[in-house]
Amino acid sequence: MKEDNHGYWIDQMRRISENRDEDAFVALFQHFAPRMKSFLMRSGSDNALAEEIVQDVMTTVWRKAHLFNPTRASVSTWIYTIARNRRVDLIRRQKRPEPEDLPWGPEQEPDQTDVIGLQQESEQLGAALSALPEKQRILIEKAYFGDLSHGEIAAETGLPLGTIKSRIRLALDRLRHAMS
Amino acid sequence: MIKHHLTEDLLMAYSAGALSEAFSLAVATHISLCDECRAAAESYDAVGGAVMVSTDAAPVSDSCLSNTLAAIRDADVEAPTPRMKDAVLPSPLAEYVGGGLDKIKWKSAGMGVKQAVLATNDDAVARLLYIPAGTAVPDHGHGGLELTCVLQGAFRDEDMRFARGDIEVATEEVDHTPIADISEDCICLAVTDAPLKFKGWLPRLAQPFLGI
Ligand SMILES: [Zn+2]
Ligand SMILES: [Zn+2]
Repeated sequence: MKEDNHGYWIDQMRRISENRDEDAFVALFQHFAPRMKSFLMRSGSDNALAEEIVQDVMTTVWRKAHLFNPTRASVSTWIYTIARNRRVDLIRRQKRPEPEDLPWGPEQEPDQTDVIGLQQESEQLGAALSALPEKQRILIEKAYFGDLSHGEIAAETGLPLGTIKSRIRLALDRLRHAMS
Repeated sequence: MIKHHLTEDLLMAYSAGALSEAFSLAVATHISLCDECRAAAESYDAVGGAVMVSTDAAPVSDSCLSNTLAAIRDADVEAPTPRMKDAVLPSPLAEYVGGGLDKIKWKSAGMGVKQAVLATNDDAVARLLYIPAGTAVPDHGHGGLELTCVLQGAFRDEDMRFARGDIEVATEEVDHTPIADISEDCICLAVTDAPLKFKGWLPRLAQPFLGI
């Protein structure tokens, strides 16, 4: 399916940044907005706030499309980081300190081998995530959906903290293993 | 060469947006100086992206799309925001201080030690510490988590040495007396989510005044 193909979304991003292509933007919106909204609602926002954040994030995607670097992140990772930061701003009402930017090299076309390598890794990661045993996948999701600490996840799931830490670690090890 | 790194828990929580502002600042400061943890944080972001797109889609109203389209038609392309930079303070810290080392508003904490509390929300406290060469931070334990990232000089804690970029992760179980290296005054960022517990009577008396 084209939606699972990371290269397809990189092409849409290029159409947006180079041609301000609204059709490409609508395609991006229709794929990412419903997932982002559900992600936000599972992290505690109500319907109206989730849609407000979606609108905000997608507008930022349009305005910053030329800053997207396909050798550094997949489109879904990039959009995730924008949505995460907006959630911290609006729901947790705090600033999100970001690391210093890496020094920029001379303006150049991204290296195609790097772009393709990252695409393949992202596809493997998606596949590895859905192949995780359900218990491990749910804990990883909880860690990302909520403002839940491992301790709070313990309270919510009734699992002892040690089990959760080792289960998340196990899941991450498996993800890493599947990637190498 | 950085020897002391962030834990996996902290990297994942930072990527998930689950840390309080002051701890995020310590993580962002270390990542600014450490390529290894930067790479790890970016891979946790990739997990976040994969989790987000694997979520069951929630229907989005037509007005959300039409409002967004109206917004982008009015929107200008956004130029990258230039970040503040300083030789000692990485960008995220320079932004809290409002510039370089000369902009830090130090307050004496006694025995030559100076501190400057940074403005974050109340969940945890971030402070810059200035420890004269050879001076010890009084022996103390922690009520919670303490992250200390070195920006200048170095300190020793037992047989470990922490230099620029290194981060010490001290939990409730840890009792320690960090000592600044004799060669240079030490500047570090220390973040705590609970007041430190001092052992000696003098620092304990001073604690309410210092706010440490
Ligand atoms: Zn590191
Ligand atoms: Zn300490």
